[in-house]
Amino acid sequence: MKWIKIVVFALCLVPAGLLTWKGFHQDLGANPIEFITHATGDWTLRFLAITLAITPARRLLRAPQLIRLRRMLGLFAFFYGCLHFMTYLWLDKFFDLHEIAKDVWKRPFITAGFTGFVAMLPLAATSTAGWIRRLGGRRWQQLHRLIYLSAAAGVVHYYWLVKSDVREPLLYGFIVLALLTYRAIFALMKPASGDVRRRGGAVAAGD
Amino acid sequence: MKYSEVTPKSIYLNRRRFLATLPIAGAALSLPRAYALAKLSAVKGPFSTDEKPTPFIDVSTYNNFYEFGTAKDEPSKNAGKLKTSPWEVKVEGEVAKPQVFDFDAIMKMAPLEERIYRHRCVEAWSIVVPWIGFPLNVLIKAVEPTAKAKFVAFESLYDPKQMPAARWAGIPFPYVEGLRMDEAMNPLALLCFGMYGQVLPNQDGAPIRLVVPWKYGFKSIKSIVKIKFVKSEPPTTWNLANAHEYGFYSNVNPSVDHPRWSQASERRLGEFLKRKTLMFNGYGNEVASLYTGMDLRKYY
Repeated sequence: MKWIKIVVFALCLVPAGLLTWKGFHQDLGANPIEFITHATGDWTLRFLAITLAITPARRLLRAPQLIRLRRMLGLFAFFYGCLHFMTYLWLDKFFDLHEIAKDVWKRPFITAGFTGFVAMLPLAATSTAGWIRRLGGRRWQQLHRLIYLSAAAGVVHYYWLVKSDVREPLLYGFIVLALLTYRAIFALMKPASGDVRRRGGAVAAGD
Repeated sequence: MKYSEVTPKSIYLNRRRFLATLPIAGAALSLPRAYALAKLSAVKGPFSTDEKPTPFIDVSTYNNFYEFGTAKDEPSKNAGKLKTSPWEVKVEGEVAKPQVFDFDAIMKMAPLEERIYRHRCVEAWSIVVPWIGFPLNVLIKAVEPTAKAKFVAFESLYDPKQMPAARWAGIPFPYVEGLRMDEAMNPLALLCFGMYGQVLPNQDGAPIRLVVPWKYGFKSIKSIVKIKFVKSEPPTTWNLANAHEYGFYSNVNPSVDHPRWSQASERRLGEFLKRKTLMFNGYGNEVASLYTGMDLRKYY
């Protein structure tokens, strides 16, 4: 598992590495800042979806050990979310806080994106084993359902951004919807899952 | 200054060569046909800015031309197959001399001028382009509009066979645009056939397009096949697609925001810091009088 984690970690860094490499080779196109904004936004959504896919994948593939990758994948969603937010903060707004506050307040697509980002903050902060213990498995799990909000807000953010060709945001929307629907159906079909959780301790609490 | 000095050909050829070495990109990439373009000579025209033109490679690979795809790099990859010759432009409506012009006949109507204009997209980026053409009013005068002609409507080519990506664009085609008669007669409005000393690349609107530098870029309709003189305000594509965000006038105006982003500043391609957007894109002396007494907040 240790080696798998190292490999996955390296793979997760590939998009950031590619961006940096392209940046140094002047290969980000005519509007590099837009390119970086879009790439980091895309990868935030992708990692949110991959993280959300872990639970269904564990059950469907009967591979419970996948849980051990989930925290890392979630933190990579946060990592790319930070890069995306920093691009906006620095390269687009040049830290003009007044302008940013106006944007967040006045422009629904920014409001949605900002909401998605802010919802990730407590999740990243409480991602350690220590915090699972402090909060207790059940409360920790409830808190971490904020990722549903984050992913949904991210999709809405993307959908509201595009001018007319909505194919890509709809694709992300469909994927996120499918992943959340799976959970809803699973919860309905297994009313006794509360018992499983109580018995299962920290690992099952991560479900 | 020669355009070859702006981005030396060796550098942009190198960039392309580098792109072609990427395993996936190399296969999918059909390079814009920059070097195959015919030369087009022109005399220096009026109204040129002394700002530095944006490198040709950027103006010809970062395009909005939704008939050929909605991503900025798609038109330069997909528009190569567009058949631009023979080409006819039908001029009709409220005119004494309606006619179908052959492309070459239009080109010969007046001496070609080079005009270096600022070009501001509604998406808050901008470029500086040395266009080649002559004033639109040359063609208008030639067809003798009647007293009933109050607006000019333009229409782009729409050929789904040549433009398969258009079906995903999410906007209605053919692309249509319009100007009020006095706007169309303004000497700044340019009927354009070339840029950077060459004929237009397809992705930039070959073989004939409009350039209206005080309005957002989408008003400068590309690949024109029809010009019609009409009594009332004609429909325009982006207004049809989303009337709340795109008005008929669409003058560059830093004080009227797009509902989803500020129009107060813009990113000039190639620059790191944003710059302030100018009222009428800096062409107020030439065009502000067209709008005296109009509420530009209402007529955005």
